Amino acid sequence: MKTIISGNEAIALSFEDSGGVFASGYPGTPSTETLEEVARLGKVYCEWAPNEKVGLESAIGASLAGGRSLATMKHVGVNVAADALMTLTYTGVNAGLILMAADDPGMHSSQNEQDSRNYAKFAKIPMLDPADSQEAYDFVRTGFEISEQFDTPVMLRTTTRISHAKGIVEPTGKIQPKVGEWVKNVPKYVMLPNFGKIKHVEVEARLLKLQEFAETSPLNRLEMGDTDLGIVTSGISYQHVKEAFPTASILKLGLVHPLPEKKIREFAGKVKRLMVVEEMDAIFEEQIRAMGIGVHIGKDKISFCGEVNADIIRAAAGAPITTGTAAPVENLPQRPPTFCPGCAHRGLYSILSKLKVFVSGDIGCYTLGALPPLSAMHTCICMGASISAAHGMAKVNEIAGRTEKPVAVIGDSTFFHSGITGLLSMAYNGGNALVIIMDNRTTGMTGGQENPGSGQVLQGEPAQQVNMVDLVKVLGIHNVVEINSYNLEETEAAIRKGLETPGPYVLVDKNPCILRYRVKKPLYKVAQDKCTGCRACLKASCVALGLTASGEKPKVGIDPNICNGCGVCAQLCKFDAMSEV
Amino acid sequence: MKVFNIVIAGVGGQGVLMASKVLAESALASGMDVKQNEVHGMAQRGGSVISFVRIGDQVHSPVVMPGSADILISFEPLEALRYVHYLKPGAMLVYNKGTINPSTVASGLATYPSDVEEQISGICGDAHGIEALSLAQEAGNAKAVNMVMVGSVLKNLPIDAQVVEGVVKALSKDKGVEVNLKALRGGAAAA
Repeated sequence: MKTIISGNEAIALSFEDSGGVFASGYPGTPSTETLEEVARLGKVYCEWAPNEKVGLESAIGASLAGGRSLATMKHVGVNVAADALMTLTYTGVNAGLILMAADDPGMHSSQNEQDSRNYAKFAKIPMLDPADSQEAYDFVRTGFEISEQFDTPVMLRTTTRISHAKGIVEPTGKIQPKVGEWVKNVPKYVMLPNFGKIKHVEVEARLLKLQEFAETSPLNRLEMGDTDLGIVTSGISYQHVKEAFPTASILKLGLVHPLPEKKIREFAGKVKRLMVVEEMDAIFEEQIRAMGIGVHIGKDKISFCGEVNADIIRAAAGAPITTGTAAPVENLPQRPPTFCPGCAHRGLYSILSKLKVFVSGDIGCYTLGALPPLSAMHTCICMGASISAAHGMAKVNEIAGRTEKPVAVIGDSTFFHSGITGLLSMAYNGGNALVIIMDNRTTGMTGGQENPGSGQVLQGEPAQQVNMVDLVKVLGIHNVVEINSYNLEETEAAIRKGLETPGPYVLVDKNPCILRYRVKKPLYKVAQDKCTGCRACLKASCVALGLTASGEKPKVGIDPNICNGCGVCAQLCKFDAMSEV
Repeated sequence: MKVFNIVIAGVGGQGVLMASKVLAESALASGMDVKQNEVHGMAQRGGSVISFVRIGDQVHSPVVMPGSADILISFEPLEALRYVHYLKPGAMLVYNKGTINPSTVASGLATYPSDVEEQISGICGDAHGIEALSLAQEAGNAKAVNMVMVGSVLKNLPIDAQVVEGVVKALSKDKGVEVNLKALRGGAAAA
């Protein structure tokens, strides 16, 4: 039966239909819904790993034990899993293994634009690049077949507009999962140098075989039309090409590594102008040029940055673009994402903002504390970097004779992901920093996924809940204090104490995520006779608050449909104008 | 059928995605090709949301280009103004007149323009504001604003209203069936 589902849902459905046995991964936009959907469908075992490396390693183990396995992650997650990947390419697999990497060109919800196609080249493994939900479904099945036929991990690469776009999918029938033998094979699976040397030769030979496969595989499709313009493309770019030039000749690549050299040469020979359309890096173009084939239109006309669309392609080829009714209206108030009304991060950041400390931030909802009016985050690099970076800062401050202590802010899921090792280093090497762990018991930014602190696993069963304070202590931190960031006065005192006490100091806020756990509290209202319009409350950046009228000094009101009753605004008010409804 | 482009705009939490799902499922149930796409992730935190539904015999890209929408449905006036340039010349806009302050306005960093509706009419000659919140409340739930908005454009879509009602029924839970259908019809009557 036909259904309309996203690329992520299609991958999950196909994983189940293609005899999948084990899936793991770490949440990350735009990959997250894949594992959530495997769990929702409910037939195949799946779990959240604390990070992508653990997710991939677990999938490797599952493959070695004979089960078809899937590891899912966003593009930057592949960096974390890369250590495993770069040797997995040598060992190969037992049962089929697919690594799904979801790229985010245009950075809708990411810290960088990273083209995962580089990893396929780097690891010398095949990569599939679906162009819609149906292909996302089909390519999982094909991916397992390639993985097992060529004894290799397969990367399945999506982009945001594949993962999150919905299209019609017709499933192609179910394969019953079967678990193969659990084999001991030391030269294949133990990468000591002597075995690794043999395997590297095999990897190079495998790549040549895959290249032959790419030449004849229907994954790479010639669509001959007008021969004036011939376009080599893949993935979502293919759809934009079809919009821009419906009658052009197209070489649509489904297997994007290794490339089918003969097929590309044949295609280039049939068209007058060869164009390469690819988002982000010039992966195809560089290789095609290295084959000695001329590319007439490519990255000279299409940016390395951001997403591609039909007009960008038209413009690159010198064709007219869409003309609309109007230019975008300029200077409108922006509507950036912000902390939810009632979120525990708001109170913390209003204090950090007031204290003007240097905040070493991390990846999560709390990264939004960098935006005005809070503006209380001064660096954010990658998952887990808050603590390690604060440690480095503390050491240089010590060397420079500065007394100011940096503050690291990190969430529970990010701490489990890769903050633990940073804190271990800080404890071991004696870094003079304050670390605040916002332990809201969920992976918030990606929509509230379970983690080792949630007390529940992905498939819903109860699980052992990590005790954050005990975990911090066991790493060697002696000063660990629990705080309640809804109480501004107490929290400020705790932060001040942490800043004054020499050595590593950790504060743990255990307030749950209000969005995930739907915490209900009494709402607040503003006594208009007491409000002076001083706007001190507005510094907390809550969308439930607003000015009630225009004019010289408008007063503040609270929208009862939006307020979640955290009471932070009431504590910021110097005139006692806010109270519970 | 030539591809019909629908753009739905609003604020995270308003139900833009559910409205998109209703339209996409309705197109599928009508035997048409359809692609639907929005960007979520950060949008969940009260940010601006834009969603595309493209319906036709064969739909390639899931993205609607600025200047090519056949209809824009906006759940909030400022968001209507932000995305009005997505419309084709002469195309129609229906927006909910209820405003939601962006965080930049709530924190006093920016001012909500007082003439948003005038600006919208100045750009789009076929713009219609409706009181979606009160219609949703009349239907029984303030959260049914999204169904009111879908209802408000029903007669302008290349999909049969009966099919949309069927999809709304199938996607709603328990008491929600009645509320959502009432909201859908309320929106249709208001347009």
